[in-house]
Amino acid sequence: MSLVCQTRDCFGVTSAGTLKDCLNGEMNVETAVSRDFPPEQVTGAARTTARAGATPVELTNRYDVLVIGGGNAALCAAISARRSGASVLVLEAAPKFYRGGNTRHTRNMRCAHDTATEILTGPYTEEEFWEDLLRVTGGQTDEELARFMIRESKDILNWIVEQGVRWQPSLGGTLSLGRTNSFFLGGGRAMLNALYLTAEGLGVDVLYDAEAVDLDVQDGRFQSATVAYGGQWHKVSAAALVAAAGGFEANIEWLKQYWGDVAENFLIRGTPYNRGSVLKMLLDKGVQEIGDPTQCHAVAIDARAPKFDGGIITRLDCVVFGIVVNKNAERFYDEGEDIWPKRYAIWGRLVAAQPDQIAYIIFDGPSLEMFMPSLYPPVKADSIRELAGKLGLDPQSLETTVETFNQAVRPGTFDHTILDDCRTEGLTPPKTHWARRIETAPLYAYPVRPGITFTYLGTRVNKESRMLMADGSPSANMFAAGEIMAGNVLGKGYAAGIGMTIGSVFGRIAGREAAKNARN
Amino acid sequence: MHATKALEEADRLMTVCNSCRYCEGLCAVFPAMEMRRAFADGDLNYLANLCHSCGACYTDCQFSPPHEFNVNVPQTLAKVRNDSYKFYVWPRALAPLFERNGLAISLIAALSVGIFFFGLMAINDPAVMFGVQTGPGAFYQIMSHNAMAGVFGAAFFYAMTALIMGFRMFWCDMGETRETLTKGVSVWQAMKDTMALRYLDGGGPGCINEDERPNDRRRLYHHLTFYGFFLCLASTSTATLYHYLLGMQAPYPWYDLPVVLGTLGGIGLLIGPAGLIWAKFKRDPALQDENGRGMEMAFTVMLFLVSLTGLLLLVLRATPAMGTMLAIHMGFVFGFFITMPYSKFVHGIYRFGALVRYAKERRALHEPTPSKAKALGIPDAKAGI
Repeated sequence: MSLVCQTRDCFGVTSAGTLKDCLNGEMNVETAVSRDFPPEQVTGAARTTARAGATPVELTNRYDVLVIGGGNAALCAAISARRSGASVLVLEAAPKFYRGGNTRHTRNMRCAHDTATEILTGPYTEEEFWEDLLRVTGGQTDEELARFMIRESKDILNWIVEQGVRWQPSLGGTLSLGRTNSFFLGGGRAMLNALYLTAEGLGVDVLYDAEAVDLDVQDGRFQSATVAYGGQWHKVSAAALVAAAGGFEANIEWLKQYWGDVAENFLIRGTPYNRGSVLKMLLDKGVQEIGDPTQCHAVAIDARAPKFDGGIITRLDCVVFGIVVNKNAERFYDEGEDIWPKRYAIWGRLVAAQPDQIAYIIFDGPSLEMFMPSLYPPVKADSIRELAGKLGLDPQSLETTVETFNQAVRPGTFDHTILDDCRTEGLTPPKTHWARRIETAPLYAYPVRPGITFTYLGTRVNKESRMLMADGSPSANMFAAGEIMAGNVLGKGYAAGIGMTIGSVFGRIAGREAAKNARN
Repeated sequence: MHATKALEEADRLMTVCNSCRYCEGLCAVFPAMEMRRAFADGDLNYLANLCHSCGACYTDCQFSPPHEFNVNVPQTLAKVRNDSYKFYVWPRALAPLFERNGLAISLIAALSVGIFFFGLMAINDPAVMFGVQTGPGAFYQIMSHNAMAGVFGAAFFYAMTALIMGFRMFWCDMGETRETLTKGVSVWQAMKDTMALRYLDGGGPGCINEDERPNDRRRLYHHLTFYGFFLCLASTSTATLYHYLLGMQAPYPWYDLPVVLGTLGGIGLLIGPAGLIWAKFKRDPALQDENGRGMEMAFTVMLFLVSLTGLLLLVLRATPAMGTMLAIHMGFVFGFFITMPYSKFVHGIYRFGALVRYAKERRALHEPTPSKAKALGIPDAKAGI
């Protein structure tokens, strides 16, 4: 089953053909659209009569399951639905290269397991997973749903491999997450590539550059979606909907509603396509919301990173080795509060609260090689004064800040792998661990800004991954998976790899349930 | 700072990759990169020769083109690798042979074939050259065994000398010592990795070729080429032993060891190179160094022609065409031998060296306990987004 293409006349196809037929009888939709036919050509002639924004084009064929989104959750849902016998269309708003939302920047998944495996160095029980989740969320989680997800995560370790994804063998040595998390061989984009190949092999249709711009929802029942594709609006009907289109972290305007103009200075770690438009439509159509809309996962990343899609490599792991000052050259938080990366995710928020949303990590020579090499080289100088000049800070103020800090440092035995006894005394704010005098040239600095990873606002779901409406009643045929519903189990905070767990577990369930729904 | 633009780009990419490390499970290049924070020319030439060009890191990379970070490791390392052949060549005066290598190798091969053919025609009676020769010593009616042994022995000796000298330059430029090569365990590991082409599998699923669907075709063709080549060497070596130890003169019957080995090897050397050429044309140009194409083609075609003429000689050895085929075959073999240090043949030498070094480095780091990792100062790479 495929979309019926209204532009068939322009290709001289006289009988009603599918979209596939219109594009190229031999190729699958994905190939044809992304490589061989520029969108203009697909609807070129039709454009003269129908323009984007005009009346949506009616499509006569229905899919069983429409998946909106193109990341881990969406693909797991599509595969799972297809394997359950449903016809499936995936709409990815991004072009092919940028497909997959935040998944393309991920690396690993956190799944419970009772024994060590080839890829996992030891057991990670359901209970321990639950305790970790409870700790990072501070209790902001739906226990029943969370425990259900954790239980399901065990099987995902195998299921995802059956979908073509490969795990990286344990390399040893550098694996602080080697017991709890499984790493994708080649990273998140490799995982996505595998899922897409599997989905396409199963006969799932995929359209890129296809953005859902409206949803027709009647009394909690999804009827159809309006899709901007190829410079034109299409109406797509399906028996069930899986919304797996992520959060709104790349939607600066939306972020500004909560953060004000400050959000203009945020850097977005993922693609510009994570705009949350599907989430917004669903909430507008009466789906119950969950998660704090004002919250987002924000870390301090290199200020020189691109506005979008800098991904993992703009991260900096050196806060604990130095001091962090704002544009007035003043410190503002205890840099040695806890072992990195436990406090990784508070620094985005801290920097967002500083003037102009910028800060500078200052450290000296002996610390340079104690953390992961950085994408951009640190700013380097022979004196604090010179460093201040290069950073555009007031030299006198920075000298005073560093000098005050240095004088407050008490002697201790430095060890960044434990909460050591190197601390300051009589300093506000203090540096409670790993405090060492910053005095050995060369001196270094990294400028940092808030880097937004994801947002917490989402749609409420039940254990079937079925959306709940504002009155608490389950939707007739709408399901959600991935970041768009992550807030159900992850009300705040983060634990490495849990986003992917949420995506795969609920994606798989959503696809299966949507297929079941479509059959009934 | 670096000798070439390709090295500059490789340095940039290794800096990007070292801050990511998602690809560390794919091959040897990324773990080797992780052991470093700065990349001198020697380091980059090492990494470039360690790269088998499987292409997996390009397809898996979230920052490959059209992303603004423009990370294309396979192509960049291919450029560095191809430049490194020129950089380490011995004698240095012959470096220009790598400038237009396809043309140079083709001319030398043509010249070699011409000299052998016309030379043998000039010194031999046409009745001998174009007559039917059979029985033991038939080939030596065309060219005496001593002359053959002398000419090919000298060519082979020269090639070996030049290859060793080039390898020394490469080895020293990486900062490696002779001692590493005496460590049996590293050399044995490198041999196993070479014989299995361990790092031409994209970490498991195979090479990336025309699209993002991995397959193992290139590895198969390379195996056919590699083992075909060694079977042919074995054939020649066996024949040498037959000649000197057993006093048995070529040609040998079809069921005898030198012929069987040579035939099997020859078939591998037809299918393998043909497959590699076909795969090369089909492969996504983004993964390749277009300037290296001539060099790759010349070398692969040469292997194919050495084999083809050898097999034709076998088939035609009892006909009047034997003299001609022998001359042509010897022309290609001679051309192949003397161009070994100046053709893509060197890739095997340098890659093997790189694998030995990697085996050594990996052992030094192998499965370190957390305390050992700490002692080695290995920063923790892993954390979620």
